[in-house]
Amino acid sequence: MAEDYCKMWEALGLDLEAHDQLLGVIPPLYQEVYLNQEKRPKSMDYFDFVVMEIHGLRIKELQDHKAKGGKVVGSFCLYAPEEIVTAAGAISVGLCSGAEIGFSEAEKYLPRNTCSLIKSFLGFKLAKVCPYVESCDLLVGETTCDGKKKAFELLNDFAPVHVLETPQMKREKDRELWRSELMEFKGVMEGLTGSEIDAQSLKNSIAVSNAKRRALQRLNELRKNDPAPISGKDALLIEQIAFYDDPVRFTSKVEELNAELEGRVARGEGVSEKGAVRILMSGCPMAIPNWKLPHIVENSGAVIVGEESCIGHRYFRDLIDETGNSVEELVSAIADRYLKIDCACFTPNDERIQNVKDLANDYGVNGVVHYSLQFCDPYTIEYARVKKALDDSRMPVLKIDTDYSQEDVGQIKTRFDAFVEMIGSGVRV
Amino acid sequence: MIFSGLDIGSRTTALVSVSESGEIGDWKVVDTGYDPKGRIAELSNGLDPGSIVATGYGRSLAKESGVGGIITEIMACALGANELDSLCDTVLDIGGQDIKVISLNGRGEVEDFEMNDRCAAGTGKFMEIMANALGCEVEIFGDTAGDSSEGLKINSMCTVFAESEVISLITSGEDRGKIVRALHESIVERCASLANRLDIGERVMVVGGAAKNGVLVDLLSKRLNRKVSVPDEPQIAVALGAAVEARRRFCK
Repeated sequence: MAEDYCKMWEALGLDLEAHDQLLGVIPPLYQEVYLNQEKRPKSMDYFDFVVMEIHGLRIKELQDHKAKGGKVVGSFCLYAPEEIVTAAGAISVGLCSGAEIGFSEAEKYLPRNTCSLIKSFLGFKLAKVCPYVESCDLLVGETTCDGKKKAFELLNDFAPVHVLETPQMKREKDRELWRSELMEFKGVMEGLTGSEIDAQSLKNSIAVSNAKRRALQRLNELRKNDPAPISGKDALLIEQIAFYDDPVRFTSKVEELNAELEGRVARGEGVSEKGAVRILMSGCPMAIPNWKLPHIVENSGAVIVGEESCIGHRYFRDLIDETGNSVEELVSAIADRYLKIDCACFTPNDERIQNVKDLANDYGVNGVVHYSLQFCDPYTIEYARVKKALDDSRMPVLKIDTDYSQEDVGQIKTRFDAFVEMIGSGVRV
Repeated sequence: MIFSGLDIGSRTTALVSVSESGEIGDWKVVDTGYDPKGRIAELSNGLDPGSIVATGYGRSLAKESGVGGIITEIMACALGANELDSLCDTVLDIGGQDIKVISLNGRGEVEDFEMNDRCAAGTGKFMEIMANALGCEVEIFGDTAGDSSEGLKINSMCTVFAESEVISLITSGEDRGKIVRALHESIVERCASLANRLDIGERVMVVGGAAKNGVLVDLLSKRLNRKVSVPDEPQIAVALGAAVEARRRFCK
């Protein structure tokens, strides 16, 4: 990356040595996981560029925005409404937490038996290696799971965090709580930016995020085809980038890719052989640069055709109703759409069980791989109900409970290969 | 024509050959040691590499050395168990560093499986370390078990902490026979809790080196409330399954 980036990183207060080490890991990793794939769509060039510039160009864009008085708001979870952030003229950035960075710093405060995602977001801040975190004027947290809830208290000692209370259930009284949380958040954003959020600015923001979601919906519709026109790894990468790239530019690049993939589908061209084992990933999100499991799965010759996850279908499945005209109506529409997200933090969560079944069916998958992070109680416990539902519909499911380390790659490969052997023998048909 | 299965495990490597008609021929088990590639070369010496199917954690090494095919140890274990007893519906493999339970369907294929490969509890490694702590060879460890543990329980799941617990018990003068029995009960408990995650069938087979321990098998039988069978040579069951696969691929 260019020399002026060093000055920029220094100005952000990064630990330059540690940061260099982190950056040094990316090119060979990216080569192995992404660039070595065959038959990649040409339109992936843009997304490769985004990754190569991951701490460069986008960070520069954030600094330029800040130099003009603009604000940057970081979030960790789907429930943080990007539309309210952007309606105030701020830039919304999803903070990754997908790598085992800063764990020894994080473990000074967090117990060892904490999920890797939480250790990662705290670790990134404490180790001072993330220019996105350092560029944020405000961080948004939420009370989704116990671990995050308590970790945000710790994080708040190092950077200001506004915590949204996400309800536990989805009854009418919970919706009212959630709507009032978002109205309050609107006030917080107005205070931060000095800009009033009116109905028009909300409508504009909703239009931008809806367009982004529509583009991702179209991309995922194309993955229903056999052979799949794009690899699961590439689709996951795009879904990961969706959280921090410029939304309008990102949307147009996804639409370019969609056009290319439509051509492939018409010609029957895919990234793997027709009839390759089709897998649905389901469970916890895989934040950038967490590519461990999809890499193992697709290296075994299978193709992932969907992610039933926050970095996946839960992000783009539902659009926001744009028909409202007042601020209250529009914030309400935003709140309602966000409450449709079927994270395991909510109870009951029957809609997720149904969604997993529907996706497995709609995408013609041969098996489901349920992915959970170690120590994630909501997803590891909900697995029992997911498994029962899939067993009842004779859909094979493999549970993988893991963390960010590379220690268990061999074991995971053995399990996945055995799963493919099992599916291949026509068991359960 | 003969077909061979090569199981390259963490502790031992086994080679088994079968004839076209399915008769089990030569077999050999050696310590894997530090040179699995060397063991592979030794054991497959004189055999046509194309007639060998490899399995186990070292199977990709064997692939590099040119064997005809590779399958996972789960599939190989199922094939081996089915070859030894076509009515077997559940097989428990207590290996050197992992334990696995496999449910077989009516055709001897894998229906479902569970593995514990994250931790040594319940594995051969656990047994070795405990035998060592008690100054005993692991092969005769079962023989030193008393008739009853009399309620003595090993509380630690973790191998390292369990070893500390055992040493404390020894130094406090606890009866060695009771300790050994309690350790066996602990291993059986780990195996049972893994097995219970599946629907255990009626015809259970145990394979792997630990299956040679009569006390362990007895306790397992009682704990699972089922008769548990052990083949004559439980350490070669997985390699046998790989040999069966080699024959199947050739004869297709």
